[in-house]
Amino acid sequence: MEDFSQNPVLIQAKGLSKRYGEFVAVAGIDFEVKKGESFGFLGPNGAGKSTTMRIIAATLNRSSGEITILGKDPEKYGPEIKAHLGVVPQTDNLDNNLTVEENLFVYGRYFGLSKKFINGKIEELLDFAQLVEKRSVKVETLSGGMKRRLTIARALVSEPEILMLDEPTTGLDPQARHILWDRLFRLKEQGVTLLITTHYMDEAEQLCDRLMVMDKGLIMAEDSPAGLIKKYSTREVLEVRFGSDRNATIAPELQKLVERIEVLPDRILMYADDGEAILHLLKEKGMHPITSLVRRSSLEDVFLRLTGRTLID
Amino acid sequence: MHDSAVEIAEARREKLGARIYAGRPQVLLERSLLAFKNSVWIAVVSGFFEPVLYLLSFGYGLGHLIGKIPLQNGMIVSYAMYIAPGLLATSAMNGAIYDSTWNVFFKLKSDRIYQGMLQTSLGPLDVALGEISTALLRGFAYAIGFMCVVVPMGLIRSWWSLLAVPAAVLIAFGFASIGMGITSCFHSYQQMDFINIAMLPMFLFSGTFYPLTVYPGYLQGIIKSLPLWQAISLVRDLTLGMIGPGVILHVAYFVVMICFGLVITTKRLTKLFLR
Repeated sequence: MEDFSQNPVLIQAKGLSKRYGEFVAVAGIDFEVKKGESFGFLGPNGAGKSTTMRIIAATLNRSSGEITILGKDPEKYGPEIKAHLGVVPQTDNLDNNLTVEENLFVYGRYFGLSKKFINGKIEELLDFAQLVEKRSVKVETLSGGMKRRLTIARALVSEPEILMLDEPTTGLDPQARHILWDRLFRLKEQGVTLLITTHYMDEAEQLCDRLMVMDKGLIMAEDSPAGLIKKYSTREVLEVRFGSDRNATIAPELQKLVERIEVLPDRILMYADDGEAILHLLKEKGMHPITSLVRRSSLEDVFLRLTGRTLID
Repeated sequence: MHDSAVEIAEARREKLGARIYAGRPQVLLERSLLAFKNSVWIAVVSGFFEPVLYLLSFGYGLGHLIGKIPLQNGMIVSYAMYIAPGLLATSAMNGAIYDSTWNVFFKLKSDRIYQGMLQTSLGPLDVALGEISTALLRGFAYAIGFMCVVVPMGLIRSWWSLLAVPAAVLIAFGFASIGMGITSCFHSYQQMDFINIAMLPMFLFSGTFYPLTVYPGYLQGIIKSLPLWQAISLVRDLTLGMIGPGVILHVAYFVVMICFGLVITTKRLTKLFLR
């Protein structure tokens, strides 16, 4: 794992909050993002991730607290902040009346960049997004994965220091997701700072150096994916099913065998460093689950531990 | 060495209104021209034929039955000559309204184009001005096209008529500005029908086809306060050479309309995308 702790701070938030009347979307959070780092906001829908992203992107004013992006307050220097950032919103907002190439072109023009510069940049970006053959095609005919790649390429036309991706792979099929992850990984290698929101654990584990787990507008924990798992979960998890009737009655018995269990509607999770050993123990005691599975702990388990809920309801 | 996006934005830091205006509404025109090239341009061209068809059917067809029209200043003109300025003003309005209402609504709601623009360093005033200019250009094109038809037909009385083209641009600007302002306040497709409900009666009753003197006094007052009557009178004054203080008042009416629309649009875009 690369160490970014010595790098300069690009984004700094202190007591950042956003309220809509009575509703608190972001409840006073502190965080820092370092240069070159890939920083993730992990949490269920409504956790406050997108709100935080919009505040950073200078398209939403905060209610209180402080935030600076490259030392600048987004409420004072909105246009400048936006020039520093590349934004990939949750829902595509490509220009459907234009071709792939024209989308890149006009977006660069919105930043005031010269035609000559943009035209050079377009070749590089089409190549990066693997859309060279689609350059003269209208955007509405592209697949979901291609649209996402184009949206990312578009966000890069202004050569931003920070790329912000809100739920980058939501709604994409597995193959398209992997292509996208590969592209994002390349950007990361080039030293682009990534800011990602996601409710997918695998995505967070793949892409993020450091994660902030959010729930109900608050930060529940913050660390590297491995660090979070180490801190809030065991090495392995044994998943057992005894049938929906028996799960609840047998749970107290299982609790005695390991340091922690989680009873879900359809299964029980038993947290242990050696899952196989626990499974043996179960069978010795005459408890035979209908199905059993030993797996490594994931961020899903971390989230369950921190909030008592699963991520995708 | 090129200027980076950040350098371009930083250079405007001290400028007045830097947070709502980046000084480049013309990039929206560039976008519109590209979109126009790709679009069903026949829809745009058809807007040019509409007033021409009205002119032929009403001006010459109906005009034969109607005969000459006496004007307030004693001038007597053919019916075609009477309605031509009304149709010119109407076509400038229609072009502007089409672009600034339905087109704007799609970009606002379904395609989220403005959201995309406002996540760049562009400001809401750039977007408002740029989009209104697009609508204005269409009004301008229709006006030029219409003049190319009416001048050879001898329906123009005065050299002042040349000013009918910039007048049409002013009219288109006014309608586009208000149109976009109103559209940016709408939430649903159903609300968009209000625009249609307002437009058709305005077109039929604003003195396009007959003088307002047929109405009782109070109704004349109401119609004279509507923008289409203002537009028609302005163009008619110019094409028939009736120059007086009325022209100035009509122009002032549209200047106010433009400013009002720009303020609403900028405020609404800010509220929607930059709260």
